[in-house]
Amino acid sequence: MSGKPKLYYFDGRGKMESIRWLLAAAGFEEEFLETRDQYEKLLQGGSLLFQQVPMVEMDGMRMVQTRAILSYIAAKYNLYGKDLKERALIDMYVGGTDDLMGFILMFPFLSVEDKEKQRAVIVQKATSRYFPVYEKVLKDHGQDFLVGNNFSWADVHLLEAILMVEEKKSDVLSGFPQLQAFKARMSSIPTIKKFLEPGSQRKPVPDDKYVETVRRVLCMYYDVKAN
Amino acid sequence: MSGKPRLTYLNGRGWMESIRWLLAAAGVEFDEVYLETKEEYDKLIKDGFLLFQQVPLVEIDGMKMVQTRAIMSYIAGKYNLHGKDLKERALIDMYVEGISDLMQMILMFPFSPPDAKEKNLESIKERATNRYFPVFEKVLKQHGQDFLVGNKFSWADVQLMEAILAVEEKLPTVLSGFPQLQVFKTKMSSVPTIKKFLQPGSPRKPPPDAHYVETVLKVFKK
Repeated sequence: MSGKPKLYYFDGRGKMESIRWLLAAAGFEEEFLETRDQYEKLLQGGSLLFQQVPMVEMDGMRMVQTRAILSYIAAKYNLYGKDLKERALIDMYVGGTDDLMGFILMFPFLSVEDKEKQRAVIVQKATSRYFPVYEKVLKDHGQDFLVGNNFSWADVHLLEAILMVEEKKSDVLSGFPQLQAFKARMSSIPTIKKFLEPGSQRKPVPDDKYVETVRRVLCMYYDVKAN
Repeated sequence: MSGKPRLTYLNGRGWMESIRWLLAAAGVEFDEVYLETKEEYDKLIKDGFLLFQQVPLVEIDGMKMVQTRAIMSYIAGKYNLHGKDLKERALIDMYVEGISDLMQMILMFPFSPPDAKEKNLESIKERATNRYFPVFEKVLKQHGQDFLVGNKFSWADVQLMEAILAVEEKLPTVLSGFPQLQVFKTKMSSVPTIKKFLQPGSPRKPPPDAHYVETVLKVFKK
């Protein structure tokens, strides 16, 4: 046993990816769910509090619920602000990027036709609702990081969201100079830089194989409609 | 200015109700502004009050807070309802997030098309009785304490109480297989701040009706 957190999920992004980003600096192990049997074994063993993954074994706990896991990691590694008010700001910002990434989360499960519509929705939400907020925050205080002049969970989450939206439209940052500079700065932070290199534990854009695996293991998500 | 938190939302439960519960449980009085027209909502956006153009909005301690979870985390932290350390906080967060998944099904229910309502009600029943209630029944049975986490009243207890009552409104006998939860419900009902919130005339909102659904669709029409 290495003492590192152990992540139980599919071999793909889904809801676990934000956790991988946040743990990139600390390091982690992974167990990939590939068969229904593996999942049922986990269920029968009582490791999944609400019968769901993500699940992360860390510090003697079997944590579930993505938000709870991320909050715990952020606090443990001092990425959660210095007081309650900074934490509130970080929570608000993360709530926004989480909502934005929520539009992308189910994208792989949509029909070809719905995918085109959803791509437009993602870009529209990013450029009219979410990116302008972070652009303004950075412009207003002129600091490198979103909250309290200190690297935090909010910065990691925003970088993740930016890269994911760019995968859907490569020039989406063209109206957002602050975010372009932010992206460049974040990408050069050593642990993030390493996570962005090939061979890291970062997962690729979900493909049909990933969708198949999720459907097979969970027996769900066969008929997903856009939100 | 009263110094009290000010809540802006529609005059109904929706995403704001859990916040009302938490503030009430903490013994905090608050003011409310009710959105009734699209124009009022558009004005809030235009005036820069809504960070992501969405409500709930809670003005508290000089902040214009949005994002339900962020708001509740802040309130829980401020009023000592978030556990005594990181691990208790993790447990509370896990429980709250789970319950929140169930609450979301109930939140969406009034907006489901008529031909899907029966199926959705069945889903709520299935999830409540097979996924969520058994977890908390077991937690309470195992430690034998009054409260879910750390032998102390917390956000998790408030959220579970809200969920139990919300599910019971749809399925009155839903607690019949859950003796621990029945006792929990009775105990929570007699916590003074919760008892007060459950009385007529409190800020607690009634179950959503057709008028509420109409207002939501009107105010948030694109």
